Amino acid sequence: MSDKKTNRRDFLFTATYAVGAVGVGATIWPMIDQMNPDASVKALASTEVDVSTVNPGKTITVLWRGKPVFIRRRTQEEIAEAKSVKLEELKHPEKDEDRAKDPEWLVMLGVCTHLGCVPLDQKGDYNGWFCPCHGSHYDISGRIRKGPAPTNMEIPKYEFVNANTIKIG
Amino acid sequence: MSDQEYTPKSKVGKWFNDRLPLLTLANHLTDYPTPKNLNYWWTFGGILTFCLITQIVTGLVLAMHYIAHADMAFDSVEHIMRDVNYGWLIRYIHANGASMFFLAVYIHIFRSLFYGSYKAPREIIWIIGIIIYLLMMAAAFMGYVLPWGQMSFWGATVITNLFSAIPLVGEGIVTWLWGGYSVDNPTLTRFFTLHYLIPFLILGLVVLHIWALHVPGNNNPVGIDVKKPSKDTVPFHPYIVIKDGFALLMFMIVFAFFVFYTPNILGHADNYIEADPLVTPAHIVPEWYLLPFYAILRSVPDKLLGVVAMLSAIFILAALPWLDTSKIRSAVFRPLYKQFYWILVVDVLILGYVGAMPAEGLYLLIARVATAYYFIHFLIILPVLGYKEKTLPIPLSITGSVLGGSTNFAAAKNKESFTIK
Amino acid sequence: MKNFLRISLLILLFVGPQNNSFSAEKAEYLKTDWSFKGLFGKFDRSALQRGYQVYTEVCSSCHSMKYLSYRNLAEKGGPEFSEAQAKAIAASFEVKDGPNADGEMFTRPGKLSDKFVMPYENVKAAQAANGGAYPPDMSVLVKARGGGVDYIYSLLQGYEDPPAGVSLDDGVYYNKYMYGNKIKMSNQLSDGLIEYADGTNSTVEQMSKDVTTFLMWAAEPHLEARHQMGFKAIIYLIILTVLVYFSMKRIWSRIETEV
Repeated sequence: MSDKKTNRRDFLFTATYAVGAVGVGATIWPMIDQMNPDASVKALASTEVDVSTVNPGKTITVLWRGKPVFIRRRTQEEIAEAKSVKLEELKHPEKDEDRAKDPEWLVMLGVCTHLGCVPLDQKGDYNGWFCPCHGSHYDISGRIRKGPAPTNMEIPKYEFVNANTIKIG
Repeated sequence: MSDQEYTPKSKVGKWFNDRLPLLTLANHLTDYPTPKNLNYWWTFGGILTFCLITQIVTGLVLAMHYIAHADMAFDSVEHIMRDVNYGWLIRYIHANGASMFFLAVYIHIFRSLFYGSYKAPREIIWIIGIIIYLLMMAAAFMGYVLPWGQMSFWGATVITNLFSAIPLVGEGIVTWLWGGYSVDNPTLTRFFTLHYLIPFLILGLVVLHIWALHVPGNNNPVGIDVKKPSKDTVPFHPYIVIKDGFALLMFMIVFAFFVFYTPNILGHADNYIEADPLVTPAHIVPEWYLLPFYAILRSVPDKLLGVVAMLSAIFILAALPWLDTSKIRSAVFRPLYKQFYWILVVDVLILGYVGAMPAEGLYLLIARVATAYYFIHFLIILPVLGYKEKTLPIPLSITGSVLGGSTNFAAAKNKESFTIK
Repeated sequence: MKNFLRISLLILLFVGPQNNSFSAEKAEYLKTDWSFKGLFGKFDRSALQRGYQVYTEVCSSCHSMKYLSYRNLAEKGGPEFSEAQAKAIAASFEVKDGPNADGEMFTRPGKLSDKFVMPYENVKAAQAANGGAYPPDMSVLVKARGGGVDYIYSLLQGYEDPPAGVSLDDGVYYNKYMYGNKIKMSNQLSDGLIEYADGTNSTVEQMSKDVTTFLMWAAEPHLEARHQMGFKAIIYLIILTVLVYFSMKRIWSRIETEV
């Protein structure tokens, strides 16, 4: 058998394997992608919340995408406290201004960034939130101060539709 | 046959293999000596394995989105079709996959009938195969109920009512099957459970089917035993693997055509109407693959006897190794049997056709004649034929056989040059 | 090999069309060219948009489409209204929502994620309003009828005076394509009935075709993706089959036997 012939055969087999592998990959993808959020889930993007009845110093919890969202109307003292914290003291440095567009309103995903429990309101060492699962303390801006959670609580996309209505998502 | 001592080359391999001989098994499967004259009708075993795996994988995926509840099943299927990523593709593969599975299994069965693969020493392979076929029918029937359309509902009603033909306990059994006084939510949830279970039973039986096959080895188009493995056989890998692969790809092209271009042609329009216990569709028809048996059921005017006839039509196959008295396996050397074989094929196709037609007038008459012939074939023609038929001389060995065209290696000159590896 | 193909084909031909044999007993359906048939079939976008208009202005007063959402109108492969148009369409419907914080149900303008608003609260209400006949949900209607699009298209144009000797009850109409020829829906379409947004002349034939196209899309929203993927898949399989065929020839050439 000449070398030339061997090469041609090798090429044929390699090509067959390669083309076959592409097909297997293309077949597997739909089986994986089907577990991603489907079109109806993706479409449920936004929730509108009427906040006219929330008094200063109170938090309401609403459901958005299956998760709790804390909406807190902060008092002037709380705002002052949130702004006074120095960035160096923070594990995950973020300014309060970047977290609350309108300082009076903190809109935040109520999910502990450690392992996903829902923190308790007005508990913990920093006048903010406390996660009972593994002891993470958050301040009045929802920033992590003590405990195992790695980052501050997440701020979802939201906007004020009017003075009384917040649209989340 | 080739399971002489096998030792893995690497040390780790040997260590592992001494404890769990998976490598010996893999070696057996790749080296498994296969008659080299197998034609394309023999590729359907591999194709069926592909069908089973396809059904299991797509089925698992569908089960992640399907809701087995009478109020939500239909909606959840539409949800799969519309919103789930690639849901339409997966469902159409699963639905058409059932049809392709049966297409392949019928070819597989009729190949066995033609070449006498059910005869000694392969009776157990055959009987396991019949059990698999029965389970396939059960799985297909219950799967068809799950979308909870009109045909689902009324098909379930009609088929479960077959059990009411049993004297004395029939009604009780039907109520027990339903978990109520009609086909309803309890029926749906149990059908879903069983539909999920059966494929894994089939998978287990397939392992036994192949195990039993690997004891005597494959039958072949000439129907004579392998004399010299070195001359008459080729190792399963790569020879049979690549051939099965080629046939599988041809099969997949047909499959893809159904899935992508006519995904609903094998189904029934009424199944896109949500189940309504108050209205029966004008024509209740099972899926095409059950039609021959449906025709047999309807051709008998008595309720109990109709059910008995239908079940006998399947169970008679299990007795086939003993009903066929001929010592010659392959129809190639049985000129008379060959003709009766093709008549049986046509008979079953006719049964399938009349099964789809209304059970009245000429259709009913044809169904009765065809049903009678079906049983005559197995109960009278086959036993008698074994004694009466003048068979053609059979060749001495697979390699040495010189045949007229029907087996593909006929033109091959026997050269002594080939040995395994 | 040839034998094998021939017989496989025979079997396929035999089992294939069987289930359709029932629909053939009725009057021959009217024929028209459907853009979505064939290997590369696609929907005619403007026909879909007009069809949606026919549905909303005519059909939707009795027929629900409970599996469709307003977002579908903007999705690829459908009527492909712009997102803004679809939002405007959705907002033009009053959707029932709730309960709110006071436990009350309330109505609000529709959103993209809302399902098509149903004309009746439930099947019973639909029956009560339509002389006992439930106007079927149209989401999958095309797939739920033996003749498919041809049947729907013909039915919409199939109203005639009953032939002599056929008597009709009140609220029952004669249609030559209907099973049994008696239908509880009166003729809904007449020339010039609606004013198409794109200025197309709204003949009965035009409206029938448009709304049937729309219904086909509603029943098979992924039809275009299916056709495109199917073509690629089959071309791919053919290429792989050819490669495997030559590989097989090569492998089997090692032994002196024909494949």
